[in-house]
Amino acid sequence: MKELRLMKGNEAVAEGAIRAGADGYFGYPITPQSEVMEYLMAQQPEKRTGMVVLQAESEVAAINMVYGGASTGKKVMTSSSSPGMSLMQEGVSYLAGAELPCLLLNVARGGPGLGTIQPAQADYFQSVKGGGHGDYNLIVLAPSSVQEMFDFAFLGFELAFKYRNPVLILSDGLIGQMMEKVELCEQMPRTTYFDRSWTLTGKPDGQERNIVTSLDLDASRQEIHNQHLQEKYRKCKETEVRYELIDTDDAEYLFVAYGSSARICQKAIQLGRGEGIKIGLLRPITLWPFPAKPLVELAPKMKGILSVEQSAGQMVEDVRLSVGCGVHIEHYGRMGGMIPTPEQVLENLKKLLITK
Amino acid sequence: MTEEIIIAGFGGQGVLSLGKILAYSAIMQNQEVSWFPSYGPEMRGGTANVTVILSDERISSPILHVYDTAILLNQQSLDKFEESVKPGGVLLYDSNGLVRMPERTDINIYRVDAADASAKMDSTKAFNMIVLGGYLKIKPIVQLENVYKGLEKSIPARYSHLLELNKKAIEIGQEIVTKER
Amino acid sequence: MDIKDIIKPENLVYQKTPLMTDKPLSYCPGCGHGTAHRIVMEVIEEMGIQSETIGVAPVGCSVLAYDFMNVDMVGASHGRAPAVATGIKRCWPEKFVYTYQGDGDLAAIGTAETIHAANRGENITIIFINNGIYGMTGGQMAPTTLEGMKTSTSPYGRELKSMGNPLKMTELLAQLPGTCYVTRQSVHSPRNVRRAKKAVRAAFESQKENKGLSLVEIVSNCNSGWKMEPVASNEWMVEHMFPFYPLGDIKVDGKLVNNQ
Repeated sequence: MKELRLMKGNEAVAEGAIRAGADGYFGYPITPQSEVMEYLMAQQPEKRTGMVVLQAESEVAAINMVYGGASTGKKVMTSSSSPGMSLMQEGVSYLAGAELPCLLLNVARGGPGLGTIQPAQADYFQSVKGGGHGDYNLIVLAPSSVQEMFDFAFLGFELAFKYRNPVLILSDGLIGQMMEKVELCEQMPRTTYFDRSWTLTGKPDGQERNIVTSLDLDASRQEIHNQHLQEKYRKCKETEVRYELIDTDDAEYLFVAYGSSARICQKAIQLGRGEGIKIGLLRPITLWPFPAKPLVELAPKMKGILSVEQSAGQMVEDVRLSVGCGVHIEHYGRMGGMIPTPEQVLENLKKLLITK
Repeated sequence: MTEEIIIAGFGGQGVLSLGKILAYSAIMQNQEVSWFPSYGPEMRGGTANVTVILSDERISSPILHVYDTAILLNQQSLDKFEESVKPGGVLLYDSNGLVRMPERTDINIYRVDAADASAKMDSTKAFNMIVLGGYLKIKPIVQLENVYKGLEKSIPARYSHLLELNKKAIEIGQEIVTKER
Repeated sequence: MDIKDIIKPENLVYQKTPLMTDKPLSYCPGCGHGTAHRIVMEVIEEMGIQSETIGVAPVGCSVLAYDFMNVDMVGASHGRAPAVATGIKRCWPEKFVYTYQGDGDLAAIGTAETIHAANRGENITIIFINNGIYGMTGGQMAPTTLEGMKTSTSPYGRELKSMGNPLKMTELLAQLPGTCYVTRQSVHSPRNVRRAKKAVRAAFESQKENKGLSLVEIVSNCNSGWKMEPVASNEWMVEHMFPFYPLGDIKVDGKLVNNQ
């Protein structure tokens, strides 16, 4: 018997975390993601599974609680929205540097600064190009439905532990606040990851103790560590690219869009095809690693590519870097919390790629 | 079948929960749904709106520019969304407090005086269910039994005694809705 | 007595705890950090809790504390050790968790984390080294720098009107219901070392009994930063630091002592 529920994206990811066997959540309220912690607190996961939920004094404290919990090999997570994610970036860099697995969620809103509380996708650079200092990458998942908010809690923890790396779910206020039908899977047991090769559990008698740190004052050793990180990222790029193709078989024009923009583009495709314009969509599911290869394969078949984002044009840089010259690539987006309508997206495809 | 609906009114009129019950009802009959609210400070005292889409197929954009049905429950909402109804679509409104009535002639306009009716029932809480009854009379896209199941699901247990009241309100809404043109 | 006699086991009068690694300490000769490290490790050894203990190193002079303390350890970012310790303790309530922090780390950049961990009554132990200066970055003014004290960022002495007052973080934390045991000690004389060690033991025992946050401040010298000979720096500490930061227990078993 399928377990179906009508849930907000923010609730679905919280339920997903509980069912994925998470050990701890540490967070700080910020719109539009406060339902994540509200839902967790209401669910009393300490009673359901033993999962710990703690409201921290700040995003800075929350990410460092995640760092502490992750250093012990536990499945821990936090969530925030754009300004709060900015506050967390130092901790994110430490987590990546110390190779600690954890799940991060950004239900993004319009910026810069305090910005708005409405949906935006202007945190792409922060998410995929390294919001903190140093050479590191996060694995970045972009859900475009409430179902994916639930599913990516599982996938996120799985990838985080596979690569010993933070995984970020980059969502936005639309996906977080929207309710859709969600099919829930069964509760996974909470199983602590007792890999004594790196976790802090207390030094067992007769064994070496473990140290978790991102510091090495010896530059030559630090470089070796960085080379190891880069090698890990390279393997991740080879195996973890995820994307979805919609209506691309006969397409002459291509949208590249993720998250809520991908949903809007799907409607624009229907409208466009109604007028005889053959449009398809490449929806990156992993923003890092970016699905460059499928894009390179599709590009020569297209008369033009439109990168649609709720930003001034961030992902379009990766689209251009992947495809190179020879194909007409444009960006269309709204900013600051404004969401483009399907009609506006189609109109801009015509304006930027067809009538030009 | 795909039905794209905007519901808009004052915060506190039960706009979001009206949408939620519709969404629940559709799930009960195995349809796809999306429900996207306006959120933030505008919820507190200002106008609230929610886009609800019910479909037999995977739903694309959860936000829209034009709608099959607009349920508009105050003047600001009428002014803002009257133009957004697709030609041939449905506009359902409550005339309470309006100084300008719907003007379009290329759409089907229905009136449900739910504010008056809920005052007569001595239960302003029943307002949104009267509206829902009116809507379901015009577009019976979800079966009543599924609406009742949806109500049971979405009403917190502490308000379960209101279930009968809500059923009654839906019936009244179905009775009083009138087509204007 | 030559060296062969001295190293005979029967002549042994003192032994380094195996919970200190063999790595030479990176601290300046004369600094109190080494002694403070040792007493913490001795207490963990004597309680037999090495395999149940996780330590958190700060940023500052003791950033490399994990090189010397032979227990599982994590290096926190600047000021965040109490938050990191919170994350560990909440995930592993049965483990002993401690932080080792300096005054800049605990009382300036990490004030919020310190106060809120204490206010939640996190069942952790904080060892707080207060030497009134930022040692590692080259002797800048700290939140605990005394009035008139010269540092590289208060070269004419700390002037209260423009630079603010020295912060008595320990007294402040003692006011919070979440703290159980709060004390101020020093390690500049054998007698004080013994007292400080007793205090560290009491702090870990308090954690064992789940009584809430325990804090041991150790007022220490920074002969390099203060630009003094080690002995002179200890004398200066006794003369100037102790009057402002008086030694002794401030809170025991959740109760303030001496009309604090």
